[in-house]
Amino acid sequence: MRSSRALRDVAIAAIALIVVLAIPLLHRSPAFEDFIIRLSAMALFATSLNLLVGNTGMVSFGHGMFYGLGAYAFALTMQMTELSLPVAAALAILITTAAAFCVGAICVRLGTDYFAFITLAMQMLFYSIIISWQTLTGGDQGLRGGIPRREIFGFELASQLHLYQFCAIVAVLGLLALRHVSASPFGQTLRMIRDNENRASFLGIVLWRARLGAFTIAGAFAGLGGVLAALFVSGAYPELADWPNSGQAIFAVMLGGINSFLGPVLGAMILLALNDVVTRFTEYQGLVLGIVILAFALGLRRGVLDFLKFAFPGRSR
Amino acid sequence: MKLEIRNLTKAFGGLKAIDDVSLVFPSGSLSAVIGPNGAGKSTFFNLISGAFPPDSGEVLLDGRDIIRLSRSERMHRGIARAFQVASCFPTMTVAENLMAAVTAHVGQWGNLSRRFPPPGVRERADEVMEMVGLTKVPNVEAAILSHGDQKLLDIAIALALEPKVLLLDEPTAGMGPDERWRMIERVRKLWEQRQLTLVFIEHDMDIVFQIASTIRVLCYGRVLAEGTPDEIRNNPAVIEAYLGTEVHAT
Repeated sequence: MRSSRALRDVAIAAIALIVVLAIPLLHRSPAFEDFIIRLSAMALFATSLNLLVGNTGMVSFGHGMFYGLGAYAFALTMQMTELSLPVAAALAILITTAAAFCVGAICVRLGTDYFAFITLAMQMLFYSIIISWQTLTGGDQGLRGGIPRREIFGFELASQLHLYQFCAIVAVLGLLALRHVSASPFGQTLRMIRDNENRASFLGIVLWRARLGAFTIAGAFAGLGGVLAALFVSGAYPELADWPNSGQAIFAVMLGGINSFLGPVLGAMILLALNDVVTRFTEYQGLVLGIVILAFALGLRRGVLDFLKFAFPGRSR
Repeated sequence: MKLEIRNLTKAFGGLKAIDDVSLVFPSGSLSAVIGPNGAGKSTFFNLISGAFPPDSGEVLLDGRDIIRLSRSERMHRGIARAFQVASCFPTMTVAENLMAAVTAHVGQWGNLSRRFPPPGVRERADEVMEMVGLTKVPNVEAAILSHGDQKLLDIAIALALEPKVLLLDEPTAGMGPDERWRMIERVRKLWEQRQLTLVFIEHDMDIVFQIASTIRVLCYGRVLAEGTPDEIRNNPAVIEAYLGTEVHAT
């Protein structure tokens, strides 16, 4: 039964991937392809955040730091070394993971409110480093000069179609891995901590270790999202690591639903679509976004998928 | 396992919640801890289970001091507890609660390499469910269980750790008279079957005198008396401090 659930996840992922890969073969639309590329980065970013928010009950306001770090580490490695793309990407994720581990080691022992504050503070610190270390990062101009050697296993990522395919595959595999984390005994431990950390600690669970593990894993996958973002923008910008970007991930998680694995993906989709549509009609996109979020918070009182689960109970998660 | 407390003291501010308490709970005994509200009973359990450190004193498990061990290390040595207010994992079903507890107990809580639950865990959880009589509600979320079933689940979670020493903080709190007796009968059976060293806090004197083999009376953080139900019943100090004056509420 357990293996059948794992198979079901893989099947869903495979079908989603096939559909996404098939669309450009039938109809080319640069706008749609852009959308999916940005979505794959955002989906990894938001879903990794939800490992903290929804699974563990740790609300981090500084998750954008790891997204930004992934992007900068990857873009800088590509520009400054001769490493190939997969090696540079792996290195960038390794760096992000290590950073998440260190930041987590400082933050995870704190209570909920202070945890939220200090993660935000860490992010602001990181952001100011990017802004001030101009010689390395290009400061507020961002890291320009493009990303060289855009190929992986002989696969040219310079073409938009190839980048689209690459991002879709990476995102689906990344989400599948996160799904596995969430469905593992460790994922269950995180839910125990979210539900009742006092009880969990009386069962032999070492809270800070579990939290640090979650924080590190979440950071690593945010870093992977950052790598995709860097590929899309051909560089890295301080905005990727700024706090409004963390806010975007929190919005995505809230819009889609924190108690459903795919909630943040749906939330990211809604958020990106909103941004695209709204910016076409008005410059007050913040206002529209605010109204939509208010409608969700006051109307549905939960994200879309959580709402559906609530409205149609009985379906397993 | 023998549980021995030596000169345990804990003060909150100026108030000594536990004041130089020394007690021995022999292996396989069924003891009640009673005392008026604020006597330090829950603090006593919290100190034994490691919720917070004492100011001084020792807690010995089969002769080995465990006072410096963390909660989780104490759990591994065989001390488990249930809480006055039922403490479980509200968004999980009964079965998930117990599988999660068993997973933690077998040291698999950090496992990332497989799906939950790990092999063997479901079977163990089923056994525990059977033991406490929760087999009718395995797929009900803990949050919507009846109060009595939540208390049972709390005890079941403790039992999932295969404890040698089990601390129950008011297992019958908030229950009606019939339910209390069913609960305490179940607790007594568990004690018999599992050969536990069981210590429980209880306010209902009928229950205490009926099932406990020894009774410890705490009052203002000190041991006022200890002995068999008969000895306690006739102890003048106890009658004055507690039995005589307490108007029996729920």
